Amino acid sequence: MPELMQFLLSGATVGAVYALVALGFTIVYNASNVVNFAQGEFVMLGGMITVFAFQAGLPLPLAVLIAILAAAVIGVGFNKLTIEVARGAPVVSLIIITVGASIFIQGVAQVVFDKQLHRFPSFSGDDPIRILGATILPQSLWVIVGAIVVFIGLWAFFTRTLVGRAVLATSNNRIAAQLVGINTTFIMAFSFGLSAAIGALAGVLITPITLTSYQVGISLALKGFAAAMLGGMGNPMGALVGGILLGLLESLTAGYISSQYKDAVAFIVILTVLFAFPQGLFGRSSMERV
Amino acid sequence: MLSVEGLRSRYGRIEVLHGIDLSVGSGEIVTVVGANGAGKTTLLRCLSGVQPVSGGQITFRGEPLTSVPAFRRIQRGLAQSPEGRQIFTNLTVEENLRLGAFIYDDDRVGQDMQDAFAMFPILRDKRDLPAGGLSGGQQQMLAIARALMGRPSCLLLDEPSMGLAPILVAQIFDVVKNLKSLGVTVLLVEQNAFGALSIADRGYVMETGHITLSGTAEDLIADPRIREAYLGV
Repeated sequence: MPELMQFLLSGATVGAVYALVALGFTIVYNASNVVNFAQGEFVMLGGMITVFAFQAGLPLPLAVLIAILAAAVIGVGFNKLTIEVARGAPVVSLIIITVGASIFIQGVAQVVFDKQLHRFPSFSGDDPIRILGATILPQSLWVIVGAIVVFIGLWAFFTRTLVGRAVLATSNNRIAAQLVGINTTFIMAFSFGLSAAIGALAGVLITPITLTSYQVGISLALKGFAAAMLGGMGNPMGALVGGILLGLLESLTAGYISSQYKDAVAFIVILTVLFAFPQGLFGRSSMERV
Repeated sequence: MLSVEGLRSRYGRIEVLHGIDLSVGSGEIVTVVGANGAGKTTLLRCLSGVQPVSGGQITFRGEPLTSVPAFRRIQRGLAQSPEGRQIFTNLTVEENLRLGAFIYDDDRVGQDMQDAFAMFPILRDKRDLPAGGLSGGQQQMLAIARALMGRPSCLLLDEPSMGLAPILVAQIFDVVKNLKSLGVTVLLVEQNAFGALSIADRGYVMETGHITLSGTAEDLIADPRIREAYLGV
């Protein structure tokens, strides 16, 4: 029993990380139908900028704030210099551009920062909390709560605010969105800034547990992408549930079978789900009359 | 209210509007009729700012419009119900209407939505359904209602009768005619020349990027060239 509890707790922690990355995908996807594979780099930048600002002597909360704002600015610039320039190109080309940008950001980070592993102190100390015979780090709770808060915020944004609907309208029909008075250029910049900020927040929350370096982005982006596909791309609920499920699957497989098979089992389950529900668990089935 | 002088536009190297002159007076219904491919839709896209203009002037309510970005034109009072009923298929009917009034955040939005439902009662019944699931006629109604939510002083209507059953066409044209009594100026682009001319005050005939004829709607309906080319009589 304590064993199962321990696997569940560590699975939920890893899952919350995937969920945060997947939530970052949601906004850009909803605004442009582009899967931004550079999303993982914003997670990396969130952690790395915080590390270096903290080492430079800034208090941790200020370092965190600077990292998130800096990532948002880089996100807006990323949109301006890549996606906006290539506007009108097919979505697949735009996705390839994000892959290229991801490699570029990684290369720059390697030069600007360094190639070492880094961490900064946990927010609430490192004394494990005991739950039903298992233990969890206080920082894991930060990650889980962070994922839930971001989910609630995004869900409210897309379903309760006019700007959120304007984001959805922009991806659905850019011309019609302009005709009703939506500044689609601004919506795109805003979406990239917001999703970069969410990615950076994820990086900040996980760095005390997982450590960070210039190359953590790619693998996180792939796992977050898998989580988003599992839950249904574009839906915040799908991102949250998909992320947690993926984390639990990995953790249970690693615990009861072998850690060598954890990725394999996770991806087999994802493939099985996608065969049954091609839109993902919570995906909108697109209905369109012509 | 709206005047266009020497308007030119091109897709890549191919010019499709070769200097269009037209004007729409306040409170008028003016129609531009012509065959498929004449450039009617391109003209409206230029007026709304979603198609680049390569020459000429657009003036709206006494102010130059040519360099105003598309999303600001609705604030000036110019709305378009685009061809092919370009509604937001992933959003509900009500969300589509709310976005039509995107630039407004006041009490009148709710009232305008009630007016839209009164004009098209079927939209009230389907308000919570995804707009992508509406029939063609209902989507057309939604596109017009969404444009009206922007409180236009001038409404650009692109092919509202395209692909609709005759009874729906009559209903849509009735609505357009009634817009006049609401004080909305209308520029109506149509392939259905007879239907459009029968509700319009004036009309223009467009062929391959030129205006070839213009006049009052009665004169155009009676013109033998029009009757032969567009009315099939």
